[in-house]
Order: sequence, then C-alpha cells, then structure tokens
Amino acid sequence: MCLGIPGQVVAIEPDGVGPLIHGNVQFGTIQKRVCLAYVPEVCVGDWVIVHVGFAISRLDEDEARQVLALLAEMGELAALEEPPQAAVAPEPRGPEPARP
Amino acid sequence: MKYLDEYRDAAAARTLAAAIAEATTRPWSIMEVCGGQTHTIVRFGLDEMLPRAITLIHGPGCPVCVTPVESIERALSIAARPEVIFCSFGDMLRVPGARHDLFTVKSAGGDVRIVYSPLDALALAARNPDREVVFFAVGFETTAPACAMAVHQAAERDVANFSLLVTHVLVPPALEAILAEPDRRVDGFLAAGHVCAIMGTREYEPIARRHRVPIVVTGFEPIDILQGVLLCVRQLEAGEARVENQYARAVRPEGNRAAIAMIREVFEVVDRPWRGIGPIPASGLALRGRYAAHDAARRFDVGKLEVAEATECISGLILQGRKKPPDCPAFGVRCTPERPLGATMVSSEGACAAYYRYRRSPT
Amino acid sequence: MPDDASTSAGSGPSCPLPLRVHETIQMAHGGGGRLMRDLIETVFKRAFMNPALARSHDSAVLAAPAGRLAFTTDSYVVSPLVFPGGDIGKLAVCGTLNDLAMAGAAPLALSAGFILEEGFPLEHLARIVESMQAAAAAAGVAIVTGDTKVVDRGKGDGVFINTAGIGAVPDGVDVGPHRVQPGDVVVLSGDVGRHGVAILSVREGLGFETSIESDCADLSPLVARLTAAGIELHCLRDLTRGGLASALNEIALDGQVEIALDERAIPVSEAVAAASELLGLDPLHVANEGRMIAIVPATEADRVLAAWRGHPAAPDPGVIGRVTGRDHPRVLLLNRLGGTRILDLLSGEQLPRIC
Repeated sequence: MCLGIPGQVVAIEPDGVGPLIHGNVQFGTIQKRVCLAYVPEVCVGDWVIVHVGFAISRLDEDEARQVLALLAEMGELAALEEPPQAAVAPEPRGPEPARP
Repeated sequence: MKYLDEYRDAAAARTLAAAIAEATTRPWSIMEVCGGQTHTIVRFGLDEMLPRAITLIHGPGCPVCVTPVESIERALSIAARPEVIFCSFGDMLRVPGARHDLFTVKSAGGDVRIVYSPLDALALAARNPDREVVFFAVGFETTAPACAMAVHQAAERDVANFSLLVTHVLVPPALEAILAEPDRRVDGFLAAGHVCAIMGTREYEPIARRHRVPIVVTGFEPIDILQGVLLCVRQLEAGEARVENQYARAVRPEGNRAAIAMIREVFEVVDRPWRGIGPIPASGLALRGRYAAHDAARRFDVGKLEVAEATECISGLILQGRKKPPDCPAFGVRCTPERPLGATMVSSEGACAAYYRYRRSPT
Repeated sequence: MPDDASTSAGSGPSCPLPLRVHETIQMAHGGGGRLMRDLIETVFKRAFMNPALARSHDSAVLAAPAGRLAFTTDSYVVSPLVFPGGDIGKLAVCGTLNDLAMAGAAPLALSAGFILEEGFPLEHLARIVESMQAAAAAAGVAIVTGDTKVVDRGKGDGVFINTAGIGAVPDGVDVGPHRVQPGDVVVLSGDVGRHGVAILSVREGLGFETSIESDCADLSPLVARLTAAGIELHCLRDLTRGGLASALNEIALDGQVEIALDERAIPVSEAVAAASELLGLDPLHVANEGRMIAIVPATEADRVLAAWRGHPAAPDPGVIGRVTGRDHPRVLLLNRLGGTRILDLLSGEQLPRIC
C-alpha cells in the first residue's frame, strides 16, 4: 500500500492562488503540482514524501544521512574483520550477468 | 533519484544481509505489514538474501486485497449509473466483486476514470456540475487524509455533486486481530512506514507491550526492509518487544498532526469487514454525519448487494500469514492474475499475484 | 491525368481548393459525393501526392522488385492525438515502417485508411496528414493508396488510422523467433519507456511536467545498417505496447528459449524512472515506439553496436542479456542486488497505482 516518493519542493504557490496551498515538487527530472496543506512548515528546497498528490511528511535529511553513514560504517567494519570475503563480491545467484 | 537510489545499493544490502545472518540463532517469522514492502521484497529478491531461519510473512496492508466484496459490489453498482462519473485509483479497476470488476462496468458503458489524486476527482466534479462525481476512497491511514481533504473542500466550496464511497481501513486493529489468533505465527512486525508518517508510532506501543511483539516501523526500499529485519531480529534474539523506528527520515513519533486533525474532522471510526479475514471491530473509517451529503453510500440506493466470495479462495489465511500462496490448490491453475478468484491475486503487491509474477516455477 | 494532378500538388496559393480551416468533418465527407472529393483533393492528395496515388484509381499499381516481399498492417488509436514528440500520424507511419523493418525488409510503399469522427476539425486532420507525409518522406516511402470513412459523432475518438506497408526482403535475410538459439545475445538500441511516459504526462488526471518526448521513430535505417553490414541476424523486434518485457516474452515463447537480462544494463532515462516511481509503473512494461532489439550470435554483438552507434534512433545501444537455454521458455531478470526474478507478461494494461 501507499506508494510514497521523495521529491524536492522547488516552488510554493502564494496564498490565494487556489483554495489549498500547493507547490511544485521535483522528482528526478519531472515536476508535479502537489498539495502542501499537510506540511505547512515546508520551505522551498525541503524534501517531502508524496502520496496521491499530497506531501505527507517532510523528509529529515539528517536522519537520512545517519542511516547511510551507519551502513557505510558497518560495511567498513565487516571489511576489516573479514578481508577476503569483503574484497571479493559474492557471486550473484541465477544466470550470469549479460555484461561480463 | 536522490533518497531512492542510495537505498538500493547492492553493497549495503550485502552488509545488512550478513549482519542479519550473524544476529540470527533461531527461526523467526516476521510479517511485513504493507503490500508496498511485499512488492520490494519480491522485486529485489530480498527473501533470498536472508538466512533460512528467517521467514517473511506477507501482511494485510493492501487495500485491493482487503476491501470487502460488498464495498466492491456497491462501487460497481454506483459506477454503472448513467449520471455518475466514477473515479478511482488504478489499483481498484481489476478487483473482482462477486462476479465482475470496474473494467466490466466501463465496457458496459459506465463512465469510470483513473485519477492520481482525490483532488483531481473534486476538480472533475467542479467542471461537470450536471454529473455526479464519486470517488472510491480506498486505502489505509496514509490515503485517508487526501480523501478527507477532498470531501472537506467539497463541503467548504459547496461542490454538491461530489461524493466519496469510503472503505478506508486502519492498521492497528488488523495487527491485533492477527495477534489474537490462537495459532499465531508472527514473531515480529515491520510496520508500514507511510501509515506511520501520518499516524506516528505511539499507537503501536500498547500492541508491542500487550502481545510481547517487536514492531519496527520500516520504509520501502531494499535497504530499509533489510535494516528493519535486522532491528527486528536483534530485538527477538534479545527477548525485547519494543516499537522501533527504522524510517526516521519520514516518520516522527507524533505523526503528522495536521493530517490526523483532518481525518478526525471528516471521519469516524467504525467496525469494518476485511476481505478474507472477516469483521474487525473499530478497524475502518466512515464519513461523519455532517458530511452525509457527500457520502456516496447514503446518496445512492443500490438495493441488495451480493456478498458471496469464491469458495475455493484461501486469501484470508494468506493475509493472516497462516498459509503461503503455493499452498492453495487453485494457485496458478484456476486462479491467475488474468482470472483471479480472490483479491490477493489482483494487486501487483497482493501476496498471490506477487508470487505468481515473480516466482512462478517453470511449467 | 497523373501530370495534371501533380501540377496541382504545389502548396498554398496554387491549390485550387484552399483548405477552409474552420471546417469540421461532416458525415458527407465519407459519403462519396462532392465533399468527400474535396477532402481527398485538399487534404490527402495535396499532402501525399505521388504518381501512384495521382491515378485516383481503386488500387495503386506498383513495379514489383525481384525476391521476397514483406507485408504488414496495423491500426492506430491514441489519446491524446498529439503528444510530446509526435502525433497519431507520425505514429501510424513509423509503426508500420518498423513492422516491415523487423522482417529485415526495406520499405517500398504504404497505404493509409482513416476513420474520422463527425465534427473532427479539418485543421487537425490536415496537421496529422502533414506529419504522416513528413515521416514517409523522411523514410523515402510514398503513401500510394488510401481510404476515408466517417462515423457519427461519439462513435470515434477523433481519428483512427490504419496503415499497411510492403517492403523488399534482401536475399539471405531470415529473421524471427525460430532462429533464436542459446548463446545469442540481446542488443537494445536505447533507453526504454519514453513513449508511454510522454503520453501519461499529458493525460487528464495524471499529468506532470516533463521535457520528455516520445521516442516515436522510423527504425528502418537501423535495420538497413545491419543488413548492409552483412551481420547474421536471428531476430529483430520493435518494442511497442507492453514494453521490453512483452517483446522478450513473446520471443521466449515463440522461439522456446530462456532469456536472461541484466537490469543494470537496460538504460532508463531519469524522467522515465521518476515518472515510473511516481505512478507505480515498471519501465520495462512501459510502451515504446522507437526502440528495437536485435538478437544475434554473441560474436556479432560488437558489429551491431558499431553499426548503430551515431544514429539518432539508437541513442544508447548496448548488450542487455543473452539466450541461456531451451528448458524453460521465459525471461529472467537479474536485479541490481544480484537476485533474479521472472519478468512476466502484463495481465492487462499497466495502470497507475497508489499501492
């Protein structure tokens, strides 16, 4: 359920343009007009999670970075503990990749 | 895309899979609540990366699967009326009611349209004042605020020809129902990240305490899910049962206050039958009395509806984690995505369709 | 007669019956009378003019080449009729040119049949017809015969177009799923999913802003380069509805082979990837109108890439997979995390989803 995609707010419509506050959100190279009524605190440049045309949450970039930093650390620790395994990526299962 | 690609990194996935293997000493069954998570698991083959001791059970978090036959039949009946423009998310068009689906209604002349947002349906109503525009409000707590806003706007702006057919459902009562089964197989949950982005994490704390079950609020990308499994396994191995938040980049403990306030303004909590599972007390949302004028269920008298389900379908047992799709004798034989017997074969993330599409063993 | 007709084929001021742009299609435009004749003269003949068409006969009469012919037909319905990167006219010409090309054929001639809805603006029709002529002229092919019918308002969707085509198949060329064998490789001409995303971007209720355009293109020059280089071709297939996944599944079933793809090798533009995430689509199932695959012996792969490089219709050619066996006719996809899954046919039209 609940496809929610992160995008960056690139413009916020001024009050009174429509009955609800909307803004343009950039996803990769495409843009979509999104209702911002549930994230009244967002500013241009913020990242939001969008579901059925509504921003449902402001994305906390610090939290996002911390998860990735933790993973990078785990990866480095594993590399230190088991150099031979970490140096060579395990063979993927299934058919061999098309490009060697 | 930023904030997606980093969470699909192969090296990070291997690191997490290794950590899960290292942390696991006993067999554990973990249910991913949300169908979006199921989709990621089968699409990226995440279960193949896990140690054998870990079993992932696909949960009931798919509106296509759990919307009751009676609601589908009501939708079909309303959509067939000549004055109605029936708007729906694309997901619901192939869901079978007792006999047919919204595509059948469309081919028989019904005006059925796919929209991206409930606000698109509202705009359609404003542009077509001589037609009745009905939006099929399915989904969980994540989608409810969008539908609530559409109907609230309709009332404020006096768009009298707009109504909602509401079948919203709530996650916590479903978890309670699954945990209450005497032969419960679920040791821990990956809770649905986007539901919690709206509702917060606090309503899960009493469930974790009462049932001694770890609940890890989890995102939707491969790295999120593997990390959610790791956190869940660590709790299980340590004998803990807490609510933990893997998806902190999108989920705050208190949730989204503005969205919760709008849900409460527009909807009230009601008992609701779940397809394949049965009635669950206080598990659904319905429009409050002051929005009765925009309630399609009250606006259109559809007479008596057929509510019978295909008898052979075991989707209820699958949604509760008590059976796997290949355990069903009809799976892949009399029940396929082209001719589904039950809703779990319809949605691309319904457990049966996901198995059929990604896993079907060669014939 | 042909000479008379061709002298009146000049554009603009010399046209004896200038197009009245405010007009719409009437039932009488299909009725066989004066209005129908006006339509043919002012819209169709004026744009398509060529000696075979100028004869105004029931059939076009063409010189026959030596050897084998390829013959194909396809009907085109698309909403909206004009989309970023093309319109139904360009689509109808390129689609049939591509069907001929996938038999290894060089195109010789096309036909065009129109089913018009009463009330359809003549100006729109004229633009569609001009875009058909532009696509045909770019390919060096003439539209030599045609037909028009008009249906009551509400019984059509503006305009439906059928095009048929004939082409000459060079000696020694024999392509089709029956020739695909284990050890072959799959070469893809460029990034996938552009047409479907371009159409969705302008569809009511789903719209989003993107600069992405349909990949709609004539692929016959790509095939001509392969045949001219004398490359051993086993199977050619243009990717249309159902996308790359459907094309390969059809080949796997018809040729009774297993095909394994590497997801990381399949180019998807950032805009197509983003739109697919947003709408819950799989880019491998999204429609294309200007991409093709060539299945060739592994030893020919580099020559295919060399033949295609630099051609605008093959913006990003690459090897994306190989034929791995005959035991299980199916398509496998190796994903970026190293897992594999079966890449299946769609159960129906791919629908935008929320969950």
